[in-house]
Amino acid sequence: MEGLKVSDANLVVYIHPSKAGKVSQSILRELSTLLFKYNEIFDGVVLAYDVTIQNKNAKVLPGIYPCFGVKLKAKMLLFSPKPDMLLEGKVVKLGKESLHVIVLGFSSASIAEEDIREEFRYRIKHGEEVFASTSHKRHVIKVGSMIQFLVKSFDEEILHISGSLIPVNTGSTKWLHKNMEEGSMVDRKKKRKDDRSEMHEHSTELLDDVGFSLKNEGRPKKSKRQRHAEQS
Amino acid sequence: MGVELATDRPGFYEMVDVDVSDSELVYHVRDALKSVSQGDSDHYNQLIAVMHYTGRLAPDEVAMLVTSLKALSGSISYIDIIHHESLLSSIFGMSMWNYGPDVMDALVELIISLAASNGKFVDSCLDMLVRNFTPPKSYLDLLGHPRGLARKHEVLDRVHSALSHIADLVPLAPMRLTPIILQRMPHMFDKETLIVIYVESMLRLESSALGEFVGSTMLMALVDRLIDLDVEISWDDIVLEDSGKGIFDMELEDVDDIIGYAEKDGFEHPRGTLGRQSLGTNAVADKLDSLMVLACEHLKSCADGERLTKVFETLLQSFWVTILNAYKSKFSQFVMFYACSLDPEHCGERFAVFLADIFVCRTHPALTRMSAVAYLASYLSRGKFLPPSLIASTLKRLVDWCLEYCQVQNGEEKTLYPETHRVFYSGCQAIMYVLCFRMRSMMDSHRLKSQLLHMPLEPIFRHQLDPLKVCLPSIVEEFLRQAKAAHLFTVSETFLFNNLLESDLSKAFGGMERLDMFFPFDPCLLKKCDRFIRPSFVYWSMVKTTYDEGEDCSSEEDINEYFDGNGKSYMDGGITRSLDEHDLDLDEFECQLNKMSITPRNSLKNGLINKLENYMRMPARIRPSTSPESL
Repeated sequence: MEGLKVSDANLVVYIHPSKAGKVSQSILRELSTLLFKYNEIFDGVVLAYDVTIQNKNAKVLPGIYPCFGVKLKAKMLLFSPKPDMLLEGKVVKLGKESLHVIVLGFSSASIAEEDIREEFRYRIKHGEEVFASTSHKRHVIKVGSMIQFLVKSFDEEILHISGSLIPVNTGSTKWLHKNMEEGSMVDRKKKRKDDRSEMHEHSTELLDDVGFSLKNEGRPKKSKRQRHAEQS
Repeated sequence: MGVELATDRPGFYEMVDVDVSDSELVYHVRDALKSVSQGDSDHYNQLIAVMHYTGRLAPDEVAMLVTSLKALSGSISYIDIIHHESLLSSIFGMSMWNYGPDVMDALVELIISLAASNGKFVDSCLDMLVRNFTPPKSYLDLLGHPRGLARKHEVLDRVHSALSHIADLVPLAPMRLTPIILQRMPHMFDKETLIVIYVESMLRLESSALGEFVGSTMLMALVDRLIDLDVEISWDDIVLEDSGKGIFDMELEDVDDIIGYAEKDGFEHPRGTLGRQSLGTNAVADKLDSLMVLACEHLKSCADGERLTKVFETLLQSFWVTILNAYKSKFSQFVMFYACSLDPEHCGERFAVFLADIFVCRTHPALTRMSAVAYLASYLSRGKFLPPSLIASTLKRLVDWCLEYCQVQNGEEKTLYPETHRVFYSGCQAIMYVLCFRMRSMMDSHRLKSQLLHMPLEPIFRHQLDPLKVCLPSIVEEFLRQAKAAHLFTVSETFLFNNLLESDLSKAFGGMERLDMFFPFDPCLLKKCDRFIRPSFVYWSMVKTTYDEGEDCSSEEDINEYFDGNGKSYMDGGITRSLDEHDLDLDEFECQLNKMSITPRNSLKNGLINKLENYMRMPARIRPSTSPESL
């Protein structure tokens, strides 16, 4: 699957003096506010990060709150789908007019009827709604199948993808893997599994934080940050 | 506009008239939508008009609305956020409460499809659904009727299932849902039914699958609202009524009568007479009461669903952030009390440990620590469900801390500076308060008795910081009395308090916030939620003191007789609620206090006096609802 990349980043996280006793915890907390949001600087949605503190010494920023800046090196897993990329996702809803897919468990995608190629027809088979291929009998898309689709556009705010099943190499991944001989498909499958497990770890962390970080919005910002990102 | 227009519009109407298939209707709608950008809005406007059908709809109008909505669901990809703005705002403005189940289903289907199709619609769809948590203002009164209630279930079931469907299709929707819910929460001055029905939906979300993501915010918002309402109730609203009877003759039913009189007479009662205390009719108190009931019911269902431990953590956080530092929260804290009573082993203990931790931790501000220990003292005394071992161990912690503090103080000051050592004094007062309630039961248990006797109380109370002089005299007096009877320790000087409620020194350590007179878990005066609290609550009249030699309490009838549930001594009612001196004349107050006191001036162990004592305490009737075994 395209659209996933790992970037190296040099970051500086500014920490409020009251957190001086628990630096690692506050660093992780700050970084977790980045998760599942599109970040312009990194050009992608941060899914996971791996952080190492570079230096035990930190520079103090002069000002009303003397925050100190900790330098970090981080490996960031980023998701940045661009038009004409191929993505894989699971079908969650199927209707005559549209297909709804979830990518990597967090990003929603929808494929409208006009973006589904003529080959697929909407049918009701054994009481179940499916998109069945007219040229290949076994090529069937139904709720729960994994499909590969092309990215048309990506809404960065809600992380919603608009997709297309027009190209020939899109459709049910199960059928495509069987019938299209591409060696790299196997590697991609493995990488996808690793990415997803890493992502799940951090997704639960975020979901715990969401409840409290929303409450924290009333309080003044605790740290200012500057970020320098280098892409390897 | 709606009804007349339908007949005026031959175009649309005819289409439905002529048995048209669904797909053709979908194409028709798509054409209508497409032609807007080309300048032709006729069919488009007709479509919008259908959305505006109001009032009692005829069956064909209903059919029209349903088919239009379904056709729109099929044309989602043709809906453009800019060109079709008026159509979208009409759809999002629809209230499901105005329609029947068919229209509701079609509308919900459309909303779900809209949310899933395009990221731009998600917020508006969620907003529309949240707005449907509450009915239109005109509908509020109908909620009391069975028809209104049926409609409520129809709407809310669909709204919540729609929210969960959207969350399935758009995984990040819950994150966007939370700020919308908080923003649309009714203001605390809105109507009670409105607030209640909205909070019902909030709590329903908390127990649903979405609860994992939004649950904690919902609970915290609820506690915030409780405190907002709590703070609005002024102490003036706590009506002091002239009972006209002896305090121990007062029974629960009579209280309702008295409240009835109060409402009739318009509160023409002489101030300064202490009889029953209750809240007069007060809209804010009613709202708080209803919300507390909702909260308690929700906690009960969490306990039944074995989720309470997790929910309790959120509640505890919320308590710390919101309630603990609120200036004299009156009733909101009873939510914590109830939660603890549902699970004494985990939650009950957790709360006590949490409060004790705050007290001993030096990095917290003094006021927070004093407040925490006041909560702790009141909690340990009033929680019927608390295991004696927990009370003993927490007491030990407080005692150890106080002792350490004493040992650190070395100076030979002759004058007392209560304010400097206010945390210490609040700790001492807490110890005394808990022992007033629990000394007898601790002495009765062999193990706890030895623990108690080993506690270094004497060095603390005899220290030159002199807590016995500084702490609230009424508590000190009761404590000394019981301590003497239990042979816990004796003091060389006699303290003559003359039944003083408070002293200058106690006021000094209490500070501006009067934390010397803060007993947060005093009997809850809210009528509706009281039924949740009462079974696990220790009233002062239920407490056996160490100087009550005459009672054996082996016979159950005896227990019944002494528990009238609301019998107040100066421990309940009086000192704890009447805090503003401008409201009460202190002399009159003291006079009433004397009248009410169940204990005579001199602690006589004489059998005759005891009998008189018992006679004075005997209430008129046996009240099964307040006796312990019926609980």
